[in-house]
Amino acid sequence: MKAVCCVCEADVTVPEDCCEGELVICPDCGTELEVVSLEPLTLEEAPQVQEDWGE
Amino acid sequence: MATLRILFTRLRTEEKLLKEAAERLGIPCELQLVSDTVFGGEPFCSQEDVVLARCVSHNQNEAVAQMLETQGIRVVNSSRVMGICGNKLTTSCVLEQAGVPQPKFLVAFTQEGALDAVERLGYPAVCKPVSGSWGRLLAKLNDRESAEAIFEHKSMLGAIHNTFYIQEYVDKGSFDVRAFVVDGEPLCAIARTSEHWITNTARGGSASNMPLDDEVSAILRSVHAAIGGEFLAIDLFKRDGQWLVNEVNDGGEFRNSIAPTGKDIPGAVVEAAWNKRR
Repeated sequence: MKAVCCVCEADVTVPEDCCEGELVICPDCGTELEVVSLEPLTLEEAPQVQEDWGE
Repeated sequence: MATLRILFTRLRTEEKLLKEAAERLGIPCELQLVSDTVFGGEPFCSQEDVVLARCVSHNQNEAVAQMLETQGIRVVNSSRVMGICGNKLTTSCVLEQAGVPQPKFLVAFTQEGALDAVERLGYPAVCKPVSGSWGRLLAKLNDRESAEAIFEHKSMLGAIHNTFYIQEYVDKGSFDVRAFVVDGEPLCAIARTSEHWITNTARGGSASNMPLDDEVSAILRSVHAAIGGEFLAIDLFKRDGQWLVNEVNDGGEFRNSIAPTGKDIPGAVVEAAWNKRR
């Protein structure tokens, strides 16, 4: 599946079996993107690491 | 039909591996994004289901577990275990009460108190946020001047950082150990090597297999006896021939530990969770 990078508008390939919450990297600008919707396929900049994130 | 529900807010490699393992083992399994879910009121799922809580935010993960437990749903790990592991001070206190060997630690609540604490332990020492992961905001205090600067900065970071957790610095040599305990039994371990004093693989440390011997296995069992939980990732290092438990994680990441150890960590975790169903 193809989506558009919300930062640089490059085409981003997303795995067919992806789900909401999955992360992909834009091949052009390197931005970490999060799949926020499958219908329609929508990408947003992934949130930065928060203080309590981790193991 | 009972289902293993893997809850997440950010789909990491680990959650994918857990889902793949469940499918491989024939365990009915669903990955569920819970970022926009409202918890409370209607039952989240059947009480026959088991929830493997894998939200990347500790506070959210613990809150999700608490809310589901009020509905009689089994959650792995339990919110009680998350509460212990999610706060380094709580972890240390629980280990202390159980007599598990760990580095010396002191706690203070003001910059002056923190300075007093670090000078009692001696330089260098380590200041850690009580909540946090991936080696973030760890500070090695090499002398009084650096300690004063770090404590001043931390005092500006908000209330949680005004609990100053100071740990003695342990010269662990070139490596430390990350071990995995599943269902109370040591499963495997890696040795993490780094030029940097912070050896997390999330920070670039490299991993190799570390065979478990009786001594390490006994310490790992003692940690589980103190804390409980179906899945623990335990960090240890050795000083003067004695193993010390440094940290215990309840939502451990394991992607870098499967290849070196040859162990099916995600398979063991989903089996342990599945075995908790009613």
